[in-house]
Amino acid sequence: MGLIVVIKRELRLAVRQAGDSAVIVMFFVLAAILFPFGIGPEPNMLARIAPGVIWTTALLAAMLSFGRLFQPDFEDGSLEQLALSPTSLEIATLGKAVAHWLTTGLPLLIAAPLIALVYRLPVEGYSVLLLTMILGTPTISLIGTVGAALTLGARRGGVLLSLLVLPLVIPVLIFGTAGIDAAIAGFAVKAHLMLLAALLLGSLVIAPVAAAAALRQALD
Amino acid sequence: MRFFGNNLTCIRGERVVFAKLDFSVSPGDVIALIGRNGSGKTSLLRVMAGLTRIATGSLGWEDGAIADDPERHRKRLNYVGHLDSVKPVLTVRENLTSWARLRNATDDRVTGGLEKFGLGRLADIPGRYLSAGQRRRLSLARLGLSAAPLWLLDEPTIALDSEAVVALNRAIAAHRETGGMVVIATHVPLDIDDAAPIDMGNFTAALEDAH
Repeated sequence: MGLIVVIKRELRLAVRQAGDSAVIVMFFVLAAILFPFGIGPEPNMLARIAPGVIWTTALLAAMLSFGRLFQPDFEDGSLEQLALSPTSLEIATLGKAVAHWLTTGLPLLIAAPLIALVYRLPVEGYSVLLLTMILGTPTISLIGTVGAALTLGARRGGVLLSLLVLPLVIPVLIFGTAGIDAAIAGFAVKAHLMLLAALLLGSLVIAPVAAAAALRQALD
Repeated sequence: MRFFGNNLTCIRGERVVFAKLDFSVSPGDVIALIGRNGSGKTSLLRVMAGLTRIATGSLGWEDGAIADDPERHRKRLNYVGHLDSVKPVLTVRENLTSWARLRNATDDRVTGGLEKFGLGRLADIPGRYLSAGQRRRLSLARLGLSAAPLWLLDEPTIALDSEAVVALNRAIAAHRETGGMVVIATHVPLDIDDAAPIDMGNFTAALEDAH
């Protein structure tokens, strides 16, 4: 009940500030398009690096969005009211993470095949690219809420946030990229997807509790 | 029904804000927190709300300690702090409705809250166009969303015009009549009958004597 209310609230705010999500996706696309300019348009090379580029730039794009996760609510007092509402803070942070995924992870997921197209990713890679993104991007949203909550109120929070979160999402990058590579090479991808799912389930349990604890600290 | 605290000590950044503070509120009571800037009025209200941790002492409701069931305590309190928690991109009504949803309040209560603080005409205006006083009224309109018995008000009259102060006084009086409790920090003398004062200076002074 409380979860749905928080998600709806976040989505309504996100729709009113749709530019924020659009900027993240544009950054993702532009950053990915920069690589061919830097390393040359050799098609085999581009197809080879496509999975890594897509996942790395998606992570970097996501980093840009975490600063807005709690900061505006913290500054205008909404976070205080959220913490005092009957809904527990754990549920509220989970709602925030879900809404973040819907407004950031999902657009990135939709944009990813377009970039794959530019990089001429082999056809076998597309379905696995989407599967790894479906399993991986929610994990990034969840870990991001913890990072955003921990750096709340800190000076230069944005940089600190990246330092905290990027190392934690390296497993997602590894298994996401490896899964796509395996699919292109014709190997089994199940193990990679299972590991991504495991990361998702693990962070689904831990992240809301950790983020809520960090928020209580920030409000104290 | 009684809300009380015993032997409360609050420490912020290695500085003791207040110590050995006791209070007790019963239905219909108003406690006015008075004292200089920085004497700990806001800290005490945040302690009462459960936002700030206490170093010593305990808070209780009836017979139970609040630490045992913080979720239940949140349901029975309304906190109006320094920040108005108004979203600039939502209209006045949407702002209030978003809090109503979190508290399971009906839309009637939203409309009632808007009318009570003279925001009916502004209902469709986005939050970013509100003046400081109007934002504060919107923040106060949240008080009417739930039947929570305990109101914690931190300098609620800041930026309010005289008309809105009257509306606030009326809301507080009505709340007391239905058995509500109010703890209010203020510098402005309010038109409230027999409010019990707590002078925060006493609890910092007690501290200095002990040294």
